[in-house]
Formats: sequence, C-alpha cells, structure tokens
Amino acid sequence: MRPLRLVWIYPDLLSTYGDRGNVLVLERRARLRGLPVEVVEVNSDQAVPLDGHIYLMGGGEDLPQTLATRRLQADGGLHEAVGRGAVLFAVCAGYQMLGLEFGGADDQAVAGLGLLDIRSGRGAHRAVGEIVAEVDPALNVPRLTGFENHQGVTRVGPRSRPVARTALGIGNGDGTEGAYAGRVLGTYLHGPALVRNPGLADLLLSWAAGPLPPLPPQAEELAQRLRDERLAAVSVQPS
Amino acid sequence: MDANNHRSRLPIRARLATTVGGAAATVSRLAGKGDGSVIGGIIGLRLEPDLLSLLARGRQIVLVTGTNGKTTTTRLITAALTPLGRQIASNIYGANMEAGLTSALSRAPAAPLAVLETDEKYIPAMVKATSPRVVVLLNLSRDQMDRAAEIWLLARRWRDALADAPGCRVVANADDPLVAWAASGARQVTWVAAGQRWRDDSWCCPHCGAHLEREGDDWACRECSYRRPPVSWVLTGDHVIDPSGRARPLELALPGRANRANAVVALAVADAFGVNTVQALRELRGVTSVAGRYTQVNRHGCEIRLLLAKNPAGWLEALDVLAPPPVPVLLAVNAQGPDGRDTSWLWDVDYRRLRGRIVLVGGERKLDLAVRLEADEVPFRMVQNIDEAVHLAASPNLDVLANYTAFQQYRAVLGRTE
Repeated sequence: MRPLRLVWIYPDLLSTYGDRGNVLVLERRARLRGLPVEVVEVNSDQAVPLDGHIYLMGGGEDLPQTLATRRLQADGGLHEAVGRGAVLFAVCAGYQMLGLEFGGADDQAVAGLGLLDIRSGRGAHRAVGEIVAEVDPALNVPRLTGFENHQGVTRVGPRSRPVARTALGIGNGDGTEGAYAGRVLGTYLHGPALVRNPGLADLLLSWAAGPLPPLPPQAEELAQRLRDERLAAVSVQPS
Repeated sequence: MDANNHRSRLPIRARLATTVGGAAATVSRLAGKGDGSVIGGIIGLRLEPDLLSLLARGRQIVLVTGTNGKTTTTRLITAALTPLGRQIASNIYGANMEAGLTSALSRAPAAPLAVLETDEKYIPAMVKATSPRVVVLLNLSRDQMDRAAEIWLLARRWRDALADAPGCRVVANADDPLVAWAASGARQVTWVAAGQRWRDDSWCCPHCGAHLEREGDDWACRECSYRRPPVSWVLTGDHVIDPSGRARPLELALPGRANRANAVVALAVADAFGVNTVQALRELRGVTSVAGRYTQVNRHGCEIRLLLAKNPAGWLEALDVLAPPPVPVLLAVNAQGPDGRDTSWLWDVDYRRLRGRIVLVGGERKLDLAVRLEADEVPFRMVQNIDEAVHLAASPNLDVLANYTAFQQYRAVLGRTE
C-alpha cells in the first residue's frame, strides 16, 4: 500500500508553538489504523513536493509569515497539490496566509495564497487564551477546544465557510472561528490544535484516505480525558 | 569608601523611597510572602519614579538577559567578580523586572558593582535607566508565548537599545544567530562561542530571512552577507579557550552543557573587569546550586535532585543533564501565569530518549504531558505528588525536572535547603 504522505510546510519559518504536534497526532492515528505513514519536512529553501496527501502549515511571526507566503507563491507546488485534491490544514499565521490578504509587519496588507476566501487584518487587542467552538454540523466533528494567541481579525467570504461558532474566545473576531473550502481548512487554534481535537484529525485523515475504522477506546482514553479536563476547566460541559 | 556613600548622595525623595521600600520588603518577608524584593521595589518606584536611575548612578552595572540561564549566569558572574574584593549588588532571587532591580540596588547602597538579571522584555528600558558597563546576551528562543514578545521582535528591540548605548560592552553568544544579530548593533562586543543546542528558532537569517547555512556551530546566510562573527572565547567540551588561545578545564560543580556555556560567558565578563581567569574559574567551581536548582534533597531514603526548565530549549538541555538510566525521572508541568498558560510547547520537545527508563508524570497539567509522551511512545505512570513518585520510583535516586511553579511546589514540600 502506498504510504500516506504528510508534508509539513516550512518548519524553519512556520513553527512557533508546538506545531509538530499536528504531524505527530495524524501520524499516530493513521498508524493505529494500520495505515503506513511517511512524514516529509520541507524547509523554505526546498521545493514543495506535489505528491503529498495532507499538507500542514504552522504559526509564525509577522516577518517569517510574509517570507513564507512569498516563497510558497513563487514555488507554486502547494497550489498545484491542492488543485489535485490534497488536504491542507493550517493554524494561526498559516491560516491567515491561505486567504486573499493578511496584515503583515507594520500592518501593511500582504497578498495571501488565495486558497481560502478569507481576508485578515490586525485587531485592536491580542486574543490570548482558551477557545471553545461549536463546529459546522456539516463537518460532523465534536466541539473544538484549544488555545489561541493572535491579533488577527478574519472575515470569511462567500466561497468559504466558517469551521465553527465560538462559545469561548475570539476566533475570527465575529463569533465565528476558522474557515474551510473543499479539503482546505484553517483555524486560529494554534500549535498542536489536533491534540485536543481528535475528531478534527480524523476528518483530515478521512478526506485523504477515505472512511476510517474507529480506534480501540484505550488508544483514545488519554486524549479524551485531556479534552474533558480542558473543557471542564473553562466551565463548558464536556461533549 | 563610606558604607552609605551611594545612598547619601541620593536626593532626599529617593532616600525616603529606598527607606519606605525597604520597610515594605521587610514586612513582606516577615509575612512569609517571598523575599519582598518586588513589593519593596514597587513602593520605592511609586515614591520616586527615577529611583532606579538614581540608584544606578556611579556604579558599574552588568545586566544579564536571555531566554534561559539568566539566574545561573548572574550567580556565576557575581562569583567570578569576587576576586575584585568589592561588594556586589545582585537580584539573587530572580526578581528581574524594574522593581526587582531597584530593590537589589537599594538593599546594597554601598556596593560599587551590580550584577542584575534582567527580563528579556525590559532590556531596552533597563539599559536606558542604568547605563550598564556590560550587557550579557545569552540566547533567545520561544518561551511562554502567551505573554512574552515574539522573539524576532525582541531581537530588534535589543539591537536598537544597544546601538543607542555607546558606553556599553556587550558580551554575546555568537552561536545564536538571533543574539548575534541583536548584539551586532553595539559598539563594543565580546563574542563568545557558547554553543546552541536548541536550533528550532534560528534556521533563518535574522537579517534577511533566508534559510541559514549551518555546519557545526558555524552559520552563514547564503543570500545576504550576514554570518557568525569571529569569536574570542570558546567553550569546547569541558574546556574554555581564552582570547590568547589557552585552553583550561572548567570542572564545574554545576551539571550540564548549558552551565558550562554560562560559565564561559561569566569568565568573559570577569575578564572585561580585569579579573584573572584562573582566579575567576576557581570561584565558578565553588558554585554548587543556584536558587534551589540542582539541589539534592533526601526524602524517605531517596536522594532527589531538582532541575528547573521552563521552555523547549531549557527542557532539551535539562534532558541532557538527567542521570543515566536506570535512575527514574519525574517530569512535572504546570500552566499557571508564571509558567505560561499554554502547554503547546510540550510538543516542541523530543522525549524519545526517555524510552527504556521509569518515567513518572506530575504537576497540574500532567494530562497534557501524558498525551505528549504517549505520542512519543514513552511509557509512564502519572503521580499525584512527590511522595507517590518516590514510592513508585522505588530507587535510591530520583531526578525531577519541572517547570517554574511545579518546581516551586515541590521545593516547598521538600523544604528549602539553601
């Protein structure tokens, strides 16, 4: 069987908050189901491979975010892979980069990759803290729990849909959180967002590999306990 | 020199401010609320906003900053300067913002020297307020990002502040590209090859953003001309090489590569003050523990050693310091304000080398750590407290690695031995 290829885009520029966690969670959950996995880390001086199944993008400061965007535009590989139906999951700065524009250093508007119909700018306050959001029922994923740390405000246009509605925290800034279109999904939950959201991890895996068998309960136990603990800590009933 | 020389030169309002601040610190200490340095400093500054500048005037000041190793390096520099035979003011309890620095100086009014640990964010303001003779830049990496500034931004602020301080010598780690970039704005720099274990924040050129060419400790940008500056002090293995090229064994009591790096930085600072390296080294070897770090404590017949690390770079270095297997390890993580409320950083640390030994997991965020270890296929047991860890370890020794408030909680249970 051809291994599932996870491509981590630019860990040299876009990795500030434990972004490796998303790679590790996808890898573990695929392997537990008997799927062979291959992880490819692509630095900003390398070409983006076209044959990945799931592409991952992490967070970054203003300057690296702008540099990474320019390099991905010039490379073109990510656009081509997504055009062929690859899955793309991006958090925080990576999420903003997927849109039509975002606020760079000194709040200059920077043209994004145009893979999602979103526009981001800089808000008045930094959003820092736990976030909880109810996911679009069409995605069939339990509520999101995570940590956000950004100053971005994002508006989702008609060709994309918000991933969720915030129950706690700021997200996009208008009561919604994240955005998706086809198999491209971005979120303000930063860093290892999939750790507390195994349902979202499985959604990405199923987009890439088709329907998945459930995991044995003991393999899920710790992640579920962590999820329940964090939801209880912010007084939102566990789901 | 008159013992009250510096204080008696202060304007009357500043003198009042140090007295009232000192009284508040004493009350705070007696009430068992820490060492009182922060409250004392805050009250003093409220009475006289320029108190820190006034207290700094006429003294030779060393500011020590960086993401990791500030407290230890401050302690080592203070030790290395003792051959000068002069009183040295220092914030030995780690209160490293304006109030802590103010308090350290007002407690030692006659000290002509001061070695002051300084929070990374406060360097620009503290350089301006204290006109330091030396600023030490150790390293810069991701840390408590829910409240700390982004590090590229921080490096730029350091650079601007140091370019604006012509009388100041910077002692900087040339092996950390962000630190080197920040220091290269200064007029006088002593470059130290102190090594860099954690590299995940410096793969790209701080000047132009291109991917850096890195070979060993050397680094250079392919796209602009920016490269590692030539160094005059070098850490290599357990040896220090001084600017004359002479190598000497360090043979510290403190464990680990990071502390050897801190010691070489301390020797470079001592040299800038004219202290003989052999004499300075002798003092460094006498430092055995720093504010409870590396302390050994016996609990129910088990020798417990306490290690503190607060962020991925610190944990990476600390994992190197752990006693070899089969000594069991207790890892503990909290996420209170001082720790950073976000535990994402746990995913930046590679725990796979802990496979094959007894690993215990504690602290208020033990579940976060448990899920992390599960992903790295490191078997572990969760514990509620230090005694349960000692019981499960069933070993004559136990190494404890904890982040800030988890460390303080264990220290409180085990009793302060220092």
